[in-house]
Amino acid sequence: MQSTIAVKNAPTDDARIVLSARDVSAWYGGKLAISDVSLDFRRNSITALMGPSGCGKTTLLRCLNRIHEAALGARVAGEVLLDGMDIYASEVSPVMTRRQIGMVFQRPNPFPTMSILDNVLTGPRYTGLARDPHELDQIAEEALRRAALFDEVKDKLRTPASSLSGGQQQRLCIARALAVQPEVLLMDEPTSALDPVSTLKIEDLMEHLASEFTVVIVTHNLQQAARVSHYAAFMLGDEHRVGRVVEYSSTEQIFTHPKESRTEDYITGRLG
Amino acid sequence: MIADVRLDKGRRARSALGLIATAFCSALAAGLLVVLLGYVIIQGWGALNPAFLTQLPRPVGVTGGGVANGIVGSLIIVGIATLMAIPVGILTGLYLAVYGRGLAAELVRFLAEVLSGLPSIAIGLFAYTILVQPFSHFSAFSAAFAFTVLMLPLMIRTSEEAIRGVPTAIREGALALGLPDYEGILHIVLPVARPLIVTGLLLAVARVTGETAPLLFTAFGSQFWEINPGNPMAELSLQIFTYAISPYDDWHRQAWGGALILILAVLVLNVGARLALSRGSRKR
Amino acid sequence: MRLDEAAAPAARRTLSVRERIADRMFRFVLLAATLLFVAIVLGLFAELVHGSWESITTFGLAFVWSSQWNPVTNKFGALPFIYGTVVSSAIAIAVASVVGIAAAIFLAEFAPRFIARPLSFFIELLAAVPSVVFGLWGLFVLAPILSATVDPFFQRTLGFLPLFSGNIYGVGLLTAGLLLALMIVPTVTAITRDLILAVPNELREASIALGATRWETTMRVVVPAARVGIIGACVLALGRALGETIAATMVIGNRPAISASLFAPSYTLSSVIANEFTEATSSIYLSALLELGLLLFIVSIIVNGSARLMMWSMVRRQGRAR
Repeated sequence: MQSTIAVKNAPTDDARIVLSARDVSAWYGGKLAISDVSLDFRRNSITALMGPSGCGKTTLLRCLNRIHEAALGARVAGEVLLDGMDIYASEVSPVMTRRQIGMVFQRPNPFPTMSILDNVLTGPRYTGLARDPHELDQIAEEALRRAALFDEVKDKLRTPASSLSGGQQQRLCIARALAVQPEVLLMDEPTSALDPVSTLKIEDLMEHLASEFTVVIVTHNLQQAARVSHYAAFMLGDEHRVGRVVEYSSTEQIFTHPKESRTEDYITGRLG
Repeated sequence: MIADVRLDKGRRARSALGLIATAFCSALAAGLLVVLLGYVIIQGWGALNPAFLTQLPRPVGVTGGGVANGIVGSLIIVGIATLMAIPVGILTGLYLAVYGRGLAAELVRFLAEVLSGLPSIAIGLFAYTILVQPFSHFSAFSAAFAFTVLMLPLMIRTSEEAIRGVPTAIREGALALGLPDYEGILHIVLPVARPLIVTGLLLAVARVTGETAPLLFTAFGSQFWEINPGNPMAELSLQIFTYAISPYDDWHRQAWGGALILILAVLVLNVGARLALSRGSRKR
Repeated sequence: MRLDEAAAPAARRTLSVRERIADRMFRFVLLAATLLFVAIVLGLFAELVHGSWESITTFGLAFVWSSQWNPVTNKFGALPFIYGTVVSSAIAIAVASVVGIAAAIFLAEFAPRFIARPLSFFIELLAAVPSVVFGLWGLFVLAPILSATVDPFFQRTLGFLPLFSGNIYGVGLLTAGLLLALMIVPTVTAITRDLILAVPNELREASIALGATRWETTMRVVVPAARVGIIGACVLALGRALGETIAATMVIGNRPAISASLFAPSYTLSSVIANEFTEATSSIYLSALLELGLLLFIVSIIVNGSARLMMWSMVRRQGRAR
């Protein structure tokens, strides 16, 4: 099988492991959604979680920043180590965890009653990161630049966030997540609700994001995974619709020489 | 034989009759409102003049005078009631929306439901026993308390619904930034829920404006200017009642005038609530 | 940028002291407000019981069926007021359910949009009119009209019945009942309309497909499907009528005696409290009035509770049918 998609080169494998999932399982109500997932995420890399819909990739992502458990009847088992410490340990506060592991959602969700500037500064303001208005302005500008949005909005920072286009709103959400200065940025299908032009803009900025943060992205778009990520994990639901990791290695490896036949089927379009 | 697909006359007649009868009933109900409003406007218009709106009532049997103290009293009593109902109502609604799972929360909702169906005079009795009897003194404050109790169920229910109605995406957005609960609720959820909460507030105010029964033995009414809530105070709907059941024609005329003012106030509040509702939903 | 990684993780695992305190205070304030609300509701019941205690222990259960109401001899009984409340409310719900349901049927099923909208709006506006304004209109408009036209008509045609015998005063049970009916029609109509609209279209289509007219479909299929909820709506409206004070007081005549005629003046539980509370001179008088308030409270809970149960079971039934 010859894939016609361009494949990205992975950073060296001795880069430090920043985030690590160990035997993570998660339930919705009584139903098991994912089981025994173990993955390592290296510093300054972009890891894609791929798979057909229902395979549990979003569930896994939401376990990484402890947002899964916020839903009614949801439960998580296993460990997630951030810099060596388990974020699910009893003395660790989920609120603090989320300041170090940020998230961007599938549909842009800017806060509708706030201006662009206030949206970006929500995190720093209300988590006590900075108080001085001058400092806050700097944080906002930096975050907006990292999200490749500053030039487009610098003259209308105080206008409502809802006046932006879809692609701009998503970049605003990225800026908002970055303003809290997390270590890891989780992105749940960040471009699936956007037009192709906005999609490409965001894919472009991911490269720059990786130089400062560690990124984990859920995507159902194979081309995107191949274009953007250094590592890729392929997940699939078993016969009981419980999601598991089938294969995990560098993107180049997965797309050119997948070890599992199921991975190959998915990549060549026979599956999902 | 060609099948006769026409409806037989009896069925047609009955169906037509049914249509007419139901149409008549809705016209009747709507029409009676128009008739009632018409009477209030026609009878009340004649009583409306600057004197009516700015003067105190005249002594019994003397013509002239106005309901100014009643208007002021109504504003004060409803105002105090609103100030008390806002924190208790919204905070309880907030509690139910955020922490409201399980039996205890259901019990609270049940109590709000029960309270909303109680006759207002029973609530007036409650205000009497705890705020009038112990001090042997009628007061506007006891009336305001009764009004607060009347407003609470509506405010609790609409506040809870407003907060629950904030889209999950927004709540999760705040959560994912690592905001503590109270910051997220205060700065992100509440502002989004605000239009609906304001609507609930306006509806609650409209509900108590024009309530008379509890006032009979709480505010009690007064012939004079009064702005101290610790004293008995005049109130517009109470004045209308007193004037209406009196034997004096001039007081009857003034009752209609007062009724016109009252209905206008209630209509404005209701329309205001509808406007707040539509503006709030447009923003989303 | 994470430069100092060794120290950073440990320091940022738990919330700062300030945040923990604020979080706790927030929960506390919410809980306090809720408990205050609960205290108010429970306190209301407790105070009514406490205030009625003297009357309860003095007259016992006989209070409910004694028709004496004598402030001079301090002998009190609730029967005349129970009678007045029940009869006026019965008239009210009888008229309001027929008119209200019929109006709802028209608005939900037959009226075109440009008619249904304003009509619904007007009927809902009826619910916003203050009670004292209804009373005013009832006293000066409805009562005279009834005593001039409708009442004599009933007396001429049905005067052999005790219901329509006796003197016509204008104010009385019938007038009060009709006024109350007007006041509770919006409740019946609004809820019934929503219930009818909520009946799934498949039922209508099936009936039409079998050759029924729209009227027949509505009456034989749609309305029966919403039957339980509609009854609940009527019971809810009944609850409103039972508790209505000011409008009833102004047109019922305020006479604590039981009479068979609908034209006779009467008295409701809430009216007597409204009229006599500030004149209650003895503590037993006051206590008796408070006991009437307690009766109202209990009746209202039972009636409203049943109404909610009915409407709740209706929602359950619709959910199961899907």
